[in-house]
Amino acid sequence: MLELRQVSRLFGGLQALSQVDMTVPANKIVGLIGPNGAGKTTLINNISGLDHPTSGTIHMNGQPIQRAAPHQITRLGIARTYQNIRLFSEMTVLENLLISQHSQGKASALESLIFSGRYRREEQTLRENAAVLLKRFNLEHLAHLRAGTLPYGDQRRLEMARALAINPRLMLLDEPTAGMNPVETHELGTQILRLRDEGMTILVIEHDMSLIHQVCDEVYVLSFGQIIAHGTPEQIKNDTTVIEAYLGREDE
Amino acid sequence: MELLRSIGISEPVLQFMLINAILGLSIYLTLFTGMFSLANAGFMAIGTYTGVILTQQFGLPLWGGLIGGMLLAGLIALPIGLPVLRLRDIYLAIATIGFGEIVRILILNFDPLVSSIVGQPIKMTYGALGISGIPQLTQTWHLVVFLIIISYCIARLHRSRFGRAMAAIRQDEQAAANMGINVVYVKNMVFILSAVLAAAAGVLKAHFARTIDPGDYGFSQAVDILAFAVLGGTTTFVGPIVGGFVLTAMPEILRDFKQYRGIINGVILLLVIVYLPGGLVNPAGWARLWQRLRGKSSFKPVEAETG
Repeated sequence: MLELRQVSRLFGGLQALSQVDMTVPANKIVGLIGPNGAGKTTLINNISGLDHPTSGTIHMNGQPIQRAAPHQITRLGIARTYQNIRLFSEMTVLENLLISQHSQGKASALESLIFSGRYRREEQTLRENAAVLLKRFNLEHLAHLRAGTLPYGDQRRLEMARALAINPRLMLLDEPTAGMNPVETHELGTQILRLRDEGMTILVIEHDMSLIHQVCDEVYVLSFGQIIAHGTPEQIKNDTTVIEAYLGREDE
Repeated sequence: MELLRSIGISEPVLQFMLINAILGLSIYLTLFTGMFSLANAGFMAIGTYTGVILTQQFGLPLWGGLIGGMLLAGLIALPIGLPVLRLRDIYLAIATIGFGEIVRILILNFDPLVSSIVGQPIKMTYGALGISGIPQLTQTWHLVVFLIIISYCIARLHRSRFGRAMAAIRQDEQAAANMGINVVYVKNMVFILSAVLAAAAGVLKAHFARTIDPGDYGFSQAVDILAFAVLGGTTTFVGPIVGGFVLTAMPEILRDFKQYRGIINGVILLLVIVYLPGGLVNPAGWARLWQRLRGKSSFKPVEAETG
């Protein structure tokens, strides 16, 4: 579904990504792990269009997207979450879910002036979709609160719900369990698996190895901008280069 | 009307209040989308001169001048917006001030400039003298109707996809882009709408003030427009309307204070900015101020649950 070929990204003299090859097959959960500063978030930013690779290609279902604008990439069915939550904090929970359905609507601002039939039907659909997501992520009772006032865990879940409201085929999750306790992490893992069972493809950046083991079909390991290992979670766990990258070499 | 007149608000003052409310709304649109643009005075100048030349020199009715002025301001806003709106915050403000100055100076030197191009003397903007004897075409009810229509449009805009995209861009531009919003399109559209609205206000104003000159549309006009929005607050579109009303009416109401009225005006503006940072139309700000005045802290202890 998603294909990265020889993707490199230079920031001045810093090689943030170096010839990254990566494939995310449809309907699989792929993990991306690596030490801090390895370039994981840079990679996600390059896929989602906030940043563009210096060289290399990225294809989504055969379409090149390495030069596309973020909203075009979203319209191809790629949604993402952020490492540090980036909700629209002054808006209500419900409005956050309406916003992310932006590209599914067609009614222009002019149609809202005259309450055209299409505008009303569309608003209705947006609200129905939002209601389904609120229920699914257990946020119904918070719908009319401002997103910025929610407790941390609820904000995380709202961010997932908001990404899902885009109606994507591929979701990029940037450290979804950051700041969660083991119980919450496991619960989130169950949510992620459920998404996969419903047909979603997922690329997840994670530090928490328990989540990686719980959900991932395959794992890529990134270190200093390079892919140093690729395999099943079980293979990665016992890979010596990976252990070295995380813990350093064992000296005699 | 009698009541208004008794506190110093005559019909001309009321007309200026309505105009300034419209100008406040024009900058509200860009501020609400997170763009700190001070280009409104420049677009007001473009619109006004176009409108006045159309009515006075070509004999068009008011609506003809109005549409002409709005159209030209909108057409110019597009090529200006595309490069300039890549800037942010204070950089955008400075670039748009620059735009305003260019417009002012171009209008100032329009006649000799065009004359030298076409090769015969032309009198259109009359340079620093400005244009006087503009036909009195704007009625107070025109302004009231216009303000009501614009208010309705903005209220509806907030409940549309486009309006929500505006708010999203203000809060987090990158996240908004990732939600599928075409940020460049929305920002430029809003910039154009704002320019068109400022132009309309300018055309309407010129047809009751009856004289215009390039100095009316300089930096101080740009800051005045910003002040309407800041005093009123930009949490809702009612804010800039109230801000425009208050800042225009105040010097008249304070007329008895003669030469001190400028000082009082400034003090009130300062007090609002310090104690009501969200502007006059912001219930949360008033609530906070009320708490402060009653000497209560905003901290409310939560009673422990028992049982």
